[in-house]
Amino acid sequence: MPGKLKVKIVAGRHLPVMDRASDLTDAFVEVKFGNTTFKTDVCLKSLNPQWNSEWFKFEVDDEDLQDEPLQITVLDHDTYSANDAIGKVYIDIDPLLYSEAATVISGWFPIYDTIHGIRGEINVVVKVDLFNDLNRFRQSSCGVKFFCTTSIPKCYRAVIIHGFVEELVVNEDPEYQWIDRIRTPRASNEARQRLISLMSGELQRKIGLKVLEMRGNAVVGYLQCFDLEGESGLVVRAIGTACTLDKLSSPAAFLPACNSPSKEMKEIPFNEDPNPNTHSSGPSTPLKNQTYSFSPSKSYSRQSSSSDTDLSLTPKTGMGSGSAGKEGGPFKALLRQQTQSALEQREFPFFTLTAFPPGFLVHVGGVVSARSVKLLDRIHNPDEPETRDAWWAEIRQEIKSHAKALGCHAVVGYSESTSICEEVCILSASGTAAVLNPRFLQDGTVEGCLEQRLEENLPAGCGFCHIPYDELNMPFPAHLTHCYNCRKQKVPDVLFTTIDLPVDATVIGKGCLIQARLCRLKKKAQAEANATAISNLLPFMEYEVHTQLMNKLKLKGMNALFGLRIQISVGENMLMGLASATGVYLAALPTPGGIQIAGKTPNDGSYEQHISHMQKKINDTIAKNKELYEINPPEMSEEIIGSPIPEPRQRSRLLRSQSESSDEVAELDLSHGKKDAFVLEIDDTDAMEDVHSLLTDVPPPSGFYSCNTEIMPGINNWTSEIQMFTSVRVIRLSSLNLTNQALNKNFNDLCENLLKSLYFKLRSMIPCCLCHVNFTVSLPEDELIQVTVTAVAITFDKNQALQTAKTHAEKSLQRASTDNEELLQFPLELCSDSLPSHPFPPAKEHLESASSNSGIPAAQRAVTVEKASPVGEGNFRNRSSPPCANSTVGVVKMTPLSFIPGAKITKYLGIINMFFIRETTSLREEGGVSGFLHAFIAEVFAMVRAHVAALGGNAVVSYIMKQCVFMENPNKNQAQCLINVSGDAVVFVRESELEVVSTQQPTANCQPACAGGEVTT
Amino acid sequence: MTSELDIFVGNTTLIDEDVYRLWLDGYSVSDAVALRVRSGILEQTGATAAVLQSDTMDHYRTFHMLERLLHAPPKLLHQLIFQIPPSRQALLIERYYAFDEAFVREVLGKKLSKGTKKDLDDISTKTGITLKSCRRQFDNFKRVFKVVEEMRGSLVDNIQQHFLLSDRLARDYAAIVFFANNRFETGKKKLQYLSFGDFAFCAELMIQNWTLGAVGEAPTDPDSQVDDMDMDLDKEFLQDLKELKVLVADKDLLDLHKSLVCTALRGKLGVFSEMEANFKNLSRGLVNVAAKLTHTKDVRDLFVDLVEKFIEPCRSDHWPLNDVRLFLNQYSASVHSLDGFRFACSGCIT
Repeated sequence: MPGKLKVKIVAGRHLPVMDRASDLTDAFVEVKFGNTTFKTDVCLKSLNPQWNSEWFKFEVDDEDLQDEPLQITVLDHDTYSANDAIGKVYIDIDPLLYSEAATVISGWFPIYDTIHGIRGEINVVVKVDLFNDLNRFRQSSCGVKFFCTTSIPKCYRAVIIHGFVEELVVNEDPEYQWIDRIRTPRASNEARQRLISLMSGELQRKIGLKVLEMRGNAVVGYLQCFDLEGESGLVVRAIGTACTLDKLSSPAAFLPACNSPSKEMKEIPFNEDPNPNTHSSGPSTPLKNQTYSFSPSKSYSRQSSSSDTDLSLTPKTGMGSGSAGKEGGPFKALLRQQTQSALEQREFPFFTLTAFPPGFLVHVGGVVSARSVKLLDRIHNPDEPETRDAWWAEIRQEIKSHAKALGCHAVVGYSESTSICEEVCILSASGTAAVLNPRFLQDGTVEGCLEQRLEENLPAGCGFCHIPYDELNMPFPAHLTHCYNCRKQKVPDVLFTTIDLPVDATVIGKGCLIQARLCRLKKKAQAEANATAISNLLPFMEYEVHTQLMNKLKLKGMNALFGLRIQISVGENMLMGLASATGVYLAALPTPGGIQIAGKTPNDGSYEQHISHMQKKINDTIAKNKELYEINPPEMSEEIIGSPIPEPRQRSRLLRSQSESSDEVAELDLSHGKKDAFVLEIDDTDAMEDVHSLLTDVPPPSGFYSCNTEIMPGINNWTSEIQMFTSVRVIRLSSLNLTNQALNKNFNDLCENLLKSLYFKLRSMIPCCLCHVNFTVSLPEDELIQVTVTAVAITFDKNQALQTAKTHAEKSLQRASTDNEELLQFPLELCSDSLPSHPFPPAKEHLESASSNSGIPAAQRAVTVEKASPVGEGNFRNRSSPPCANSTVGVVKMTPLSFIPGAKITKYLGIINMFFIRETTSLREEGGVSGFLHAFIAEVFAMVRAHVAALGGNAVVSYIMKQCVFMENPNKNQAQCLINVSGDAVVFVRESELEVVSTQQPTANCQPACAGGEVTT
Repeated sequence: MTSELDIFVGNTTLIDEDVYRLWLDGYSVSDAVALRVRSGILEQTGATAAVLQSDTMDHYRTFHMLERLLHAPPKLLHQLIFQIPPSRQALLIERYYAFDEAFVREVLGKKLSKGTKKDLDDISTKTGITLKSCRRQFDNFKRVFKVVEEMRGSLVDNIQQHFLLSDRLARDYAAIVFFANNRFETGKKKLQYLSFGDFAFCAELMIQNWTLGAVGEAPTDPDSQVDDMDMDLDKEFLQDLKELKVLVADKDLLDLHKSLVCTALRGKLGVFSEMEANFKNLSRGLVNVAAKLTHTKDVRDLFVDLVEKFIEPCRSDHWPLNDVRLFLNQYSASVHSLDGFRFACSGCIT
């Protein structure tokens, strides 16, 4: 019995009136975990009931602790009829399962009902006592930390970055079960919410197991998505990067006790299979020889037990597992196949990270992407989701081969996505091919590695631009020059990547958001024919998207794209492509040539004139943009470079190759040979439109900048004023004679108007930058286009805004020093109130035991947990002290970034991963679709904030709204929306407050929990 | 291409003060957009009308959602749905409960009932305040009235505690509630020249001096206390006022009183002779008004009577304000020296 979950229901407030006669409510609470349910007393006739219940204790397996959410239902007691449900709260207790995160969950949670939304709040206290048995990691993976952040979390250090982990589980979608026809929408929604919550838990646990197999202790860049495949089921899948992280304050590198040298491991076969299939890791890639052990070979005897547990688990939960789920006997052939694929998957040298420790990234090749169109069929046996697994394996394999073609052995900034319409599904994967520093990927002393890095030190700020491929044997025609920075290595003329701008990159001027938008009509078709039509369209779309990106980049006078994300969405009768990236001018890369327009019929005089007019306009725009983004690269003479400088006037022609293969990296073809001035050939009206659309993109109003990366190059004096927001727009296209052009224009206008609206709304924050602008496009119905944007606006200090590249060095220095501060910060963080005078000795103890997750004996570990909870209680008591009493609701910041400007993250409390459904049958009364969705999103924010506050946090970083599926039926006055959000709950401390904090308890910790404190007083 | 859905939700709820004002003033979205366009905001920001429309819609939706919470301001502080900095919360509440002078003058002293609510469209046409805004203001009055009606303790404190209003606004609401409770007539043509501020001033003095709470007779048994401390006039006090009749009924007392006042004010008043000539009339007017206050009907007409019986005679003689003040002070002071009458005069008509 490895864990005891304790729950206390304290009070409720602002409950809705359930009894019309008395205008009051007789509320009581059901607390459910797994199959055990407890009830509180009924609190008669009160809208603000005080239950003050006893501690409800659940004795459960830690496996269940990971999978199951705690379910709290508030009901109205009714003597004569059935009790009415007021609403529910689901609490993910995962953050309580590792000792470094939260120790107690305590606070006001909004009571949520899928039909009525938030209906009052409930105050709950949750604790977990973990016991230990020696093989505690057999079934569960308690202790593995999960981070949404796609970089090494602040206040941690990466000891080893192991590599890619993935998993998927499938199930039938309750909404499509027969029972749904007789059940209420509420019951159906709740069944779905519960199921997804359960599947997420299971998925996370399984990923955790894989991480433990790899000897890691954390997953960074954890991205979990679900695919609503409709009739064919529900897929929850996740990818991430397994790491061994070390809390910065403990200098000794953490190594698992049973850490065995890597050579030994190589000999142990991967024995998931009952009869060891010695399809050893034997990878055909030459990369393998280069000691990049992406842990495929690291399999341990533990593996076999893991499959056993899967056996016992799968029938119980009725859910399928990914490649880890095995059954014996009759499926041997399948098994072998799966084991094999599992092996191969381990070999995927993919990293979901977008920012890296210094020295990790050596060279960047370029973007690699792959897409495939699949027909969804019913998942007959949810326990065998091998088709979905195989699909992804296929795509990953393709990505890997693309990367290899670019001379790279790894893919960074890797992500996967799907777009589903009816029974057709487009699977996409993309990343950036790269060469990495091998030392981070191995077990070994990192200290030495770090030193070495400093010694070898690549030329600052340009190393990653240097081509990884062989100059003489280039994978595609590219125009290479000597690096403008170090003048030794070759660099390409443009660079597209999916990662964030490396911290040490030398950038001239500022960056800007660049988007390519594209629509293509498609005939309505069924199944196979539909899939074929889509597959045929895809390459053209990719090509056009890249052309647009390239043109816009040139128009901005820039030469590199970061954070590139291309989304292709499929609808009934059209395909949409939306690419977003941040354009910058890398000092190491050559100055981009201009854009040249060439007419097809040079004889026509007026036409010529028109062309030249256009040309002038383009040239003006480029000049204007250069000024706007402060791009003024230092002049260099040709001799120094020793390579031809781009001749702006040089004429050349871009050959549109129509015959590229579907999944080929379109960008490769776009590197347009040895040309600089980019030629746009205006041969038909289409092309004319293209040029026009280039020029219609208006720059943001003055005082505004925008980017889709974490930070804006050229701005580094952020103030603490941040505003995260989500904006959703849906437009209905007039169905009459739609053409591609009209569609494009509509889509373009939609995005542009949306941006304009954002600039207008946030005008009070000027000077400000929209960071991490994340657009998602979907086609919910025939003539509907939905665009969802989440971003954060950050105000910066205008006066210092002009500082540019030179501060980079200072910045990295600062970073180093802040790291040191963190070193000091940490022990204080952990120490309890009771020991203010001697914080250090006990803190040390905590720290050691806390950081070593698996290495220490069980007894000692149990002590740690025991110790941790009094700290929580100490805090709790402290919270009700006067200074907080008057503040009402603690402020919780939310940001899609991994950091909070002007503040230091002192603690990660755990991952937030929440899924909500909201449905209405009175759409008009709730203010129409806008009113409905506006309220719902506000409620989602509120619930995220409440959970973070209850964990003792005051911010969510790396926040992302992964899904926002909106469906309406105005005729029936109905609408439904599904939202999935995630992020990392953290405690941050304002840099200005740091000194104060270091003498007392962190005030930040105290702030958000005030609400909780009120109850006790 | 039509926009089906268009929303913006910030983690910190964006509040545009200008739009809030337009919303409070009851303008429709299209009117608000037109007004914003006229304010020149498009030129300042380079935005388009469509952007403005969408922005206005968003704010209106937010305000609409907030309105439910604004009805019980403490809820706004404790709710979790909208993250709003405290200073903004205060602004939202204060502005929501603010009212138009023109409107309040129309309903001051009226019963806050459905009947009055039906007359709101007339008030709207008369004052030029949109019906929507009138409704909000009326509902605010009524809501505050309902909440504090049955409460003990200081009226202003109760209002402040339950509606989190600023001191000034809470005082104004106290006056409104007080007037509504006692149904003082304020709508007569004769009273039109008086501003809400004048009445509020009177209300404050009356609450301070004429009510149960003011008299300081803390009830020994709180349960037996039927009347509200600050809302109802002290019946005993009104009864006592009847005794003042002696001031005009007794010829000697009247003369004595007159001579006392005249002696004190000689040379100090610009209108001394007029005062001297009119003293009897004025005194009779004041005393009669005071003595009649035991009848509810006469309580309601308090201000009408005061104006008719006292202020109009003064005005016809062109008394300067200061002289009126001096006279009244002296008038009540002399009474005290007569035989220790307790007389909290309505020396407040300015």
